[in-house]
Amino acid sequence: MAARAIWKAVIQCGKYQVPVKLYSAIEDRNIHFRILSRKDKQPVKGAMVNPETGKIVPHDKTRRAYVAENGDRAILETTELDALEPEPSRNIETIAFLPAEQINHRWYDRPYYLGPDGNSKAYFAFIEAIESSAMHGLMRWVMRGKMYMGALRLHQGYPVLITLKHADEVVAIEDLVAPGGADLNPKELEMARQLIGMLEDELELSAFHDAYREQVLKLVESKAKGGPRLKLVKPSSKKPNDDLGSALQASLKSLKKSA
Amino acid sequence: MADEPTEETEILKPFWSGVVTFGLVSVPVSLFPATRGTTLRLRMVDDKGNLLKRRFFGSEDSKPLDAKNLVRGYEIEKDRFVIIEDDELEALDPEKSREIDLKLFVDLNTLSPLYFERAYFLVPNGGSTKAYRLLAETLVQEGRAGIATFVMRGKEYLCAIIAERGILRAETLRFSDELRSPKAIGLPEMKSVDAAEVKHFTQAIKGLKTKTLDQTELKDQRSARIIKLANKKLRSGTDIVKASTDDEEVEESSTNVVDLMEVLKERLQGKLRERSASQSKTRQPKVSELRSKSKAELYEMAQSQNLPGRSKMSKAKLIDALTTQKSL
Repeated sequence: MAARAIWKAVIQCGKYQVPVKLYSAIEDRNIHFRILSRKDKQPVKGAMVNPETGKIVPHDKTRRAYVAENGDRAILETTELDALEPEPSRNIETIAFLPAEQINHRWYDRPYYLGPDGNSKAYFAFIEAIESSAMHGLMRWVMRGKMYMGALRLHQGYPVLITLKHADEVVAIEDLVAPGGADLNPKELEMARQLIGMLEDELELSAFHDAYREQVLKLVESKAKGGPRLKLVKPSSKKPNDDLGSALQASLKSLKKSA
Repeated sequence: MADEPTEETEILKPFWSGVVTFGLVSVPVSLFPATRGTTLRLRMVDDKGNLLKRRFFGSEDSKPLDAKNLVRGYEIEKDRFVIIEDDELEALDPEKSREIDLKLFVDLNTLSPLYFERAYFLVPNGGSTKAYRLLAETLVQEGRAGIATFVMRGKEYLCAIIAERGILRAETLRFSDELRSPKAIGLPEMKSVDAAEVKHFTQAIKGLKTKTLDQTELKDQRSARIIKLANKKLRSGTDIVKASTDDEEVEESSTNVVDLMEVLKERLQGKLRERSASQSKTRQPKVSELRSKSKAELYEMAQSQNLPGRSKMSKAKLIDALTTQKSL
């Protein structure tokens, strides 16, 4: 079954255009719980409360405020905030094409597939041109009142637009200092290298599945039928092996045996 | 506006604590987010500017429900729910709730970042950092990532443990059935393309070619615009509600704001800063006491406690920092 497009747009690349449709690349498989009241097992209602009076403040009486460092608050009206939002547009602007490594994947947020909107001639020509350039596009667009930056790249031969986080949302590794200590023992490093080498294989993502999710659904089913409450059995916590050298040696030995 | 204003939340606590194992080697770690929300936090207030909090109400209650009376429910049919408790979720797979067991290592280059969902830094959790450094060093040298599944906060995650500059990071990965394929979307098969049209696009791409990314492009312009508007109001005094001296709400919320960076820096160096409750009680000054001191006096106190970032703090920030020490 074909997926439904969430948005229509036109990519502007230099003086050329590509009409596209956006599709979410993500399939939500999370289990969604509701918050219930313990007493009547029915969903609760959320409301904004003034903690001093304990009274509910109706929605039309609520405002947003910016709180300054000293605690002073500037009240911002919805109309004022809306006026700061960008003008709606159907265009996805191309800001630049860059070597792939220039757009760090740590900025990646949500991926969307791009499909052709109407005539697919320009769409496929654009794919071909991106492919031969071996570069990634840096794009900007306004969708549903919000401005986005995105990376444009190919995945399995099709264009994917990935929204990017703001620079200050991602903690830079350069700003952190790795744990220090005495130099590592070269013998232990060599053993760790061997151990990781023995555990190396190709990545087959489809080999992994969310078994826990299935267990949660089974638990729901069992409880719905009046099944017993699950009790937590604390696993005996493994004592961390302080002797790194002997732990590595024993690991290599047991792996060689099973090989 | 699409985004809801947030309530200030504590980011001090690790998202997960347990051990990363490879072979018989175990590395005790805690996970902290490697990303943070936007710097701009708008709060909900009433039309008089009083800070509000989100509370939950049952159908018959006029009083808000406390955490004890809120439960997680799964809807099995319309209006019929099964309650699932926290400890039941943990009981489903206690091993995976405490262990990231790396049984597979892969070439880092074979991981498609499209699968990456969220990133967490791993910080050593007490004791020696030797095993941590050994794993990080080996992964960097070999260009490998460790793969495992584990359970965090009631959900199973597939993750890749990656090392960069001696720091371990967990990237949670989407399961293969969580990332759609072009076929599942229904994207059309590639048709023969018009060479002339490809040439047009190739030239357009060449014209847009840039060697390096200008990071100012990734600045949060929206937040900057809102802060600018707010500051204009604060300066001119329009739509402003002054903080009252006994405004506990503000104190409570600002004390929760602790810079993730500071926590990461300390924890990576193995500093836990554990203090007994009695100790912190006797040492911790009251906000009201501190308010009467001058900024210079506060700075001196901060200096004696070796508070990070003190030279850049305002008086209010210094008070916060001095009174929140215990929670670090």
